[in-house]
Amino acid sequence: MSTTAVLEKEIHTLDEATVRFCGDSGDGMQLAGTQFTNTSALMGNDIATFPDFPAEIRAPQGTLAGVSGFQVHFSSTDIYTPGDTVDALVAMNPAALATNLGDLRTGGILIVNSDAFEAKGLDQAGYETNPLEDGTLKSYRLHKVAMTKLTRAAVEGLDMSQKEKDRCRNFFAMGLVFWLYDRPLEPTLRYIEDKFGKKPEIAQANTAALKAGYHYGETVEAINTQFHVPKAKLTPGKYTSIVGNTALAYGLMTAARLSNKRLFLGAYPITPASSILEELARHKNFDVLTFQAEDEIAAMTATIGAAFAGAMAVTASSGPGIALKGEGIGLAIMTELPMIVINVQRGGPSTGLPTKTEQADLFQAIFGRNGECPMPVIAACSPADCFDVAQEAWRIAVRYMVPVMLLTDGYIANGSEPWRIPKYADLKKIEITHPGRPSNGDTFLAYRRDERLARPWAIPGTPGLEHRIGGLEKQDITGNVSYDPANHQHMVNLRAEKVARVANDIPPQKIDGPASGDLLVLSWGGTYGACATAVHNLQAKGKAVSHCHLRWVNPLPKDLGDIMKRFKKVLIPELNLGQLRTIIRAIYLIDAIGLNKVQGKPFSVAEVANKMEAVLRGDLSSTEAPPEMSDLEAPVKAILEKVSHGG
Amino acid sequence: MSVDLPLPVLKPADFASDQDVRWCPGCGDYAILAQMKKIMPTLGIPREKIVFISGIGCSSRFPYYMNTYGMHSIHGRAPAVATGLKTVRPDLQVWVITGDGDGLSIGGNHLMHAIRRNLDLNIILFNNRIYGLTKGQYSPTSPLGKKTKSTPMGAIDNPLHPLSIAIGCEATFVARAIDTEIKHLGEVLKRAAEHQGVSFVEVYQNCNVFNDGAWAYAKERETKADTTLELVHGKPMIFGKNRDKGIRLNGMNPEVVELGKGISEDDLLFHDEKAAEPSLAYLLSRMRYEDGFPEPIGVFRAVERPRYDVMINDQVEQMTAERGKGDLDKLFASGDTWEVA
Repeated sequence: MSTTAVLEKEIHTLDEATVRFCGDSGDGMQLAGTQFTNTSALMGNDIATFPDFPAEIRAPQGTLAGVSGFQVHFSSTDIYTPGDTVDALVAMNPAALATNLGDLRTGGILIVNSDAFEAKGLDQAGYETNPLEDGTLKSYRLHKVAMTKLTRAAVEGLDMSQKEKDRCRNFFAMGLVFWLYDRPLEPTLRYIEDKFGKKPEIAQANTAALKAGYHYGETVEAINTQFHVPKAKLTPGKYTSIVGNTALAYGLMTAARLSNKRLFLGAYPITPASSILEELARHKNFDVLTFQAEDEIAAMTATIGAAFAGAMAVTASSGPGIALKGEGIGLAIMTELPMIVINVQRGGPSTGLPTKTEQADLFQAIFGRNGECPMPVIAACSPADCFDVAQEAWRIAVRYMVPVMLLTDGYIANGSEPWRIPKYADLKKIEITHPGRPSNGDTFLAYRRDERLARPWAIPGTPGLEHRIGGLEKQDITGNVSYDPANHQHMVNLRAEKVARVANDIPPQKIDGPASGDLLVLSWGGTYGACATAVHNLQAKGKAVSHCHLRWVNPLPKDLGDIMKRFKKVLIPELNLGQLRTIIRAIYLIDAIGLNKVQGKPFSVAEVANKMEAVLRGDLSSTEAPPEMSDLEAPVKAILEKVSHGG
Repeated sequence: MSVDLPLPVLKPADFASDQDVRWCPGCGDYAILAQMKKIMPTLGIPREKIVFISGIGCSSRFPYYMNTYGMHSIHGRAPAVATGLKTVRPDLQVWVITGDGDGLSIGGNHLMHAIRRNLDLNIILFNNRIYGLTKGQYSPTSPLGKKTKSTPMGAIDNPLHPLSIAIGCEATFVARAIDTEIKHLGEVLKRAAEHQGVSFVEVYQNCNVFNDGAWAYAKERETKADTTLELVHGKPMIFGKNRDKGIRLNGMNPEVVELGKGISEDDLLFHDEKAAEPSLAYLLSRMRYEDGFPEPIGVFRAVERPRYDVMINDQVEQMTAERGKGDLDKLFASGDTWEVA
């Protein structure tokens, strides 16, 4: 290594910082971000992350379409979002710079791999001149680092191809950023050992590149400041960093154990839900059966079969898959069997934006089936919340003998945050009773109900309870097929009433802030963090604003109507065109205002806060926020300009 | 200490549910239902351990008429429902009742995959070559040129042969029966029930309302001996009213030959339901009456292969043996952790 003496450098202490790694989708940026996140979590920071990657596994190298990014927000205070703007941006090539620079704050740190800024790369990114040389980056603290050359030098002599050597560049970048933010290398060194222990060359090369990056920071004069973000004051306990889909898988396994059930997952691979299937497949020793079905319909109907068999039955998919499952969900509702249907929402309609986030499947969840076919719908608000929501969904499913729709989204599924690890023994058991053999002479009545309107869950194999269920309308009490008009009306009402009664199990709605005021922000799902932070910011400015975040979106909490009436205005931010708002307006006749965005990205705190300020000022113009003309891609912009000028 | 009591002796009537059977009078489904109830007491399986799953169509009303557990599911999905059920509860005997439209058209994908997984399911496909419940449209097994309500100028898609499909999907048990040949039908159903792994049975079933006589050639007393061939394992393939005709292999192709005139039984194809390769079974499944062949009935193929429902549970046991029963507290803390005081 270099023999240069380590320079004296300043250390600044910050409350929080946001770092984004971006590069080609083959550059290992997700790994860099993940390692940085885990290290920050281990140091005791609160964290929130936002991985953002293209749908193509490897789009052509160096193109704008192939850019993959990972943003980490870490802090010494409570945080709920991955950060609106970026304090430090690492760009591995011109395309990554072009697509990400807009999010870097003025005066922010910009670290680029200067070796990638050659003619071809610049051209692919649409740069006519080299931005590193033409002065366009002068409002940032630019560090041009010859990462390719430095990495090659660090791994020189190792028995590897040039391509393999260059693949270590992400570790060099990591090392440099680790130094910049005063993070230890040990967790990443442990990771390298675990992951590449069987390939000593690769392990050695990645270690060398990581250390080279770190030492580069220490020694190079141009980078003269290091930043330190102290530990956050989290609730005491043992923590780990957890990703949404992992938390969801753990939650399902926990619910199965708490209810003494086998866990059956029927699923078909689909982004961004597949990792739930993959995670559960790794834990068969928890009595987990994972069935990768031939299609979404089979995944759903096998789940129905598993529920009939008496298992805790779950299916997991995303919007297009849920569309295919629709008929099966109807059968699940008709047969009144408990199960969980998970929708990790992504940008739609149709194939849409598979790797991007959206909340536009709420109508689908609540209404998306033929006939009058309601089901309870619960939504997770953050990665760690998935763990709790999975248990809650199962508790309701078995209490009411009804399938439950569980909504998350791509942002929650792939994002991570610190999770205070619970003790299994402290978790609430989920009680289930199955009827046993009836006393002599009694006919088993498969559709006789308890006070919650739940029918008995009679399991095949139980003598004396032989019965038939199915998709044809059933006579109440007996469960025999019935075409009687009055019975159909009765059963439709009954299935609706059963779902409505779930509200009896929903605790009073929490209000973050005063119980009345000028403005209530009402949110659901993954927008929780941005809404909570925006509301806190305005409360700190003395505004009379509060926040309600819904966990159950169907049915709604019983006290929600009264709460909303105590505020002059209600704002509902959603990553759709106003689906919850439509429902709220229909049920409560409240003139709720929307903040709506469908750009495949979560809300920034500023977007919500600005809208709140506008509403408080009485400015109610535009509920939807169409993208600015200047945000559109260049070819589209050119054509639109032509058209609008009559060209 | 509990004592295993002998199973109560059940009669076919014990398997009848209290529901009125609502198929059209004269429907072939009645015979299949009767044979099913008849074989049930002979299987030695308690009633509560038997489940019938069906999709949609006339045949799919079947579970309502059996006093066992049952589910009348949705169109084409019965094999998938049964897969979930059997995976969780391999101890149950699971039957799938389907038809030519339900199984081969809307549910073709599920049928294919349930068969190739070789779950221990008994799949009975009632083939009447028509959509009966929707009142007379052509089905995937209707012959070319078939005029129906939806094909007034004749069907223009090639029909599927259910057994060829099943064999192509690696079925381990493949058989055919005819609704009116009740003794033989009962025997085939019993063999299907006893097979470990997926059993696929095609039943020629007459829809006397929308497609009456579709199988007349195979059912009429005068013609059936010449138009069908009862397969017997290890025996030469002989048929005909006078048992004077046989099937011989000519190169890769079967041919009908007359016995005598220098052709003896030893020249004929001998049936081997346990052949390692499915070639013979496939060849038999392609023999059509319209091409001058008798159509084989009986068991085409019966081989043992590992079962999905067994293996998926074996994997649970194997991982449990290797790692011990899952401990959630350990799992939660299996990544990097830190303490906040």
